[in-house]
Amino acid sequence: MNVEEVRKLFPGLSGTVYGKPLVYLDNAATIQRPACVIEKWNDLSIHHNANLHRAVHKIAAEATEEYESARDTVRAFLNAGSREEIVFTSGATASINLVAFSFGEAFVRPGDEIIVAESEHHSNIVPWQMMCGRKDAVLKVLPVDGDGHLRMDLLESLVTDRTRLLCVAQISNVLGIVNPVKEIVNICHSKGCLVLVDGAQGVVHTGADVRDMGCDFYVFSGHKVYAAPGTGVLYGRREQLDQMPPYMGGGEMIETVKFSGTTYAPLPGKFEAGTQNMAGTPTLKPALELAEALRDKELTDYTDKVRDYVLNALLSDERIRLYGVPRGTFNKIPLFSFTVKGAHHEDLALLLDKMGIAVRSGQMCAEPLMDRYGVTGMLRASFAPYNTLEEAEYFIKSLDRAISMLV
Amino acid sequence: MTKMVKTLKEVQEGIVEDFSMYDEWLDKYEYLIELGKGLAPYPEENKTDDRLIKGCQSRVWLDWKMEEGRLLFSADSDAIITRGIISLLISVYSGRTPEEIAADDFSFLDRIGLKENLSPTRANGLVSMIRTIRRAAESNL
Repeated sequence: MNVEEVRKLFPGLSGTVYGKPLVYLDNAATIQRPACVIEKWNDLSIHHNANLHRAVHKIAAEATEEYESARDTVRAFLNAGSREEIVFTSGATASINLVAFSFGEAFVRPGDEIIVAESEHHSNIVPWQMMCGRKDAVLKVLPVDGDGHLRMDLLESLVTDRTRLLCVAQISNVLGIVNPVKEIVNICHSKGCLVLVDGAQGVVHTGADVRDMGCDFYVFSGHKVYAAPGTGVLYGRREQLDQMPPYMGGGEMIETVKFSGTTYAPLPGKFEAGTQNMAGTPTLKPALELAEALRDKELTDYTDKVRDYVLNALLSDERIRLYGVPRGTFNKIPLFSFTVKGAHHEDLALLLDKMGIAVRSGQMCAEPLMDRYGVTGMLRASFAPYNTLEEAEYFIKSLDRAISMLV
Repeated sequence: MTKMVKTLKEVQEGIVEDFSMYDEWLDKYEYLIELGKGLAPYPEENKTDDRLIKGCQSRVWLDWKMEEGRLLFSADSDAIITRGIISLLISVYSGRTPEEIAADDFSFLDRIGLKENLSPTRANGLVSMIRTIRRAAESNL
């Protein structure tokens, strides 16, 4: 598949802004949706709109089948051991909050420790702070170095026999560096500490084999991997999920309800309280099938070329400081956060917007990381497999023009 | 003969006219950048949290004082386009009486397209700046 063929799958890409062709480089925030996902979404909303798991009528059975079939797709995509280990949520944030609550209730005692990386998204920090507050536990931080790599040399001593869980992104949404998750898992497991991996950025770029990774929990959002917004996944090992109490009560998460006491449904229903996203969640199926198809050699070679071009252009520009500098190009995805000497990130984003380029500016939901680098915000350009080399060149040219307008 | 002082409306009309010369949004921004670069210096020691305006992606400090019945505004930002917007607001509202400001509807900003063409966070910042200016006027009526 070549990039032009891929672009045709995404109707949103042919749009214009201010009369200029849209150059969408905010893919790390949300990726554009392909026609196959939009069609599935519409079809379910029109022809299969029924609540799941309950009624015996035809369209309810079809809706349930679509939903459960997406679970099989996710299981295969993640190479999870069983479909019971796949819980549907509304997104990565919801998945993490679920684990923070239920894992905390089951396994965390006063004085226990949770570790998060310094480079985490707020969604992988705040739920743990909240849980530590409730449980009287201690939140510890695994720092990053100046280039944005995790300080692996500190990990061994940071994990103690009181550390219950370490939470780390597969790929940081600011740095774009692929973290050595397998190595982290090995170190943590050797000390009896479990690992949660936030795959929000990783799932679309590198995919995830949870059994190969060895992690205990893996979470991602559907909307960052071509699926409908408001969809998400939590993978958890059965032995942990089985011991964790439900996060929310109500709906189909029960077995029997009596005023004398309630028993809960088996996995994964125990964690899926209330009416589920019945039109959205099944779009994970075409979305993940596409994500897999887009990992073909011709296309990934092309995306690597785009990445290398942008990386070199940013690194060779003395006005620019890039955060997340790869050691060897293999471990950086095409996601670039940077600051420009003498130019505010918001000014740059506004000017690029007027040139038709959508980028992100600000703290990128990672305030501790901004503090680490002593900046109030950054500019981020994040590429998807449908972004072309011409777009990358236009971005670099436009960035140069914006900088010269400001500095 | 005494020097003719332009009314608030006249100053606003002048700005609307200035902006109407630019077809391209980039050119309007270029103009805002120039205004931003020319903004009068703002004392570092006044960059305090109580003068910080909420709702902007960039940081904006806005200060005011009353002198001879007129409100004087000074402000700064770490982003240059925001400084340009501040400069516009100051050229319109600084040196006016609280009565003049309180009676104004700030609609000239819509007419130059500033509100809808700024990013949502920036537009919120603009709204907060306007609110601060209006509040200063109302508290001195």
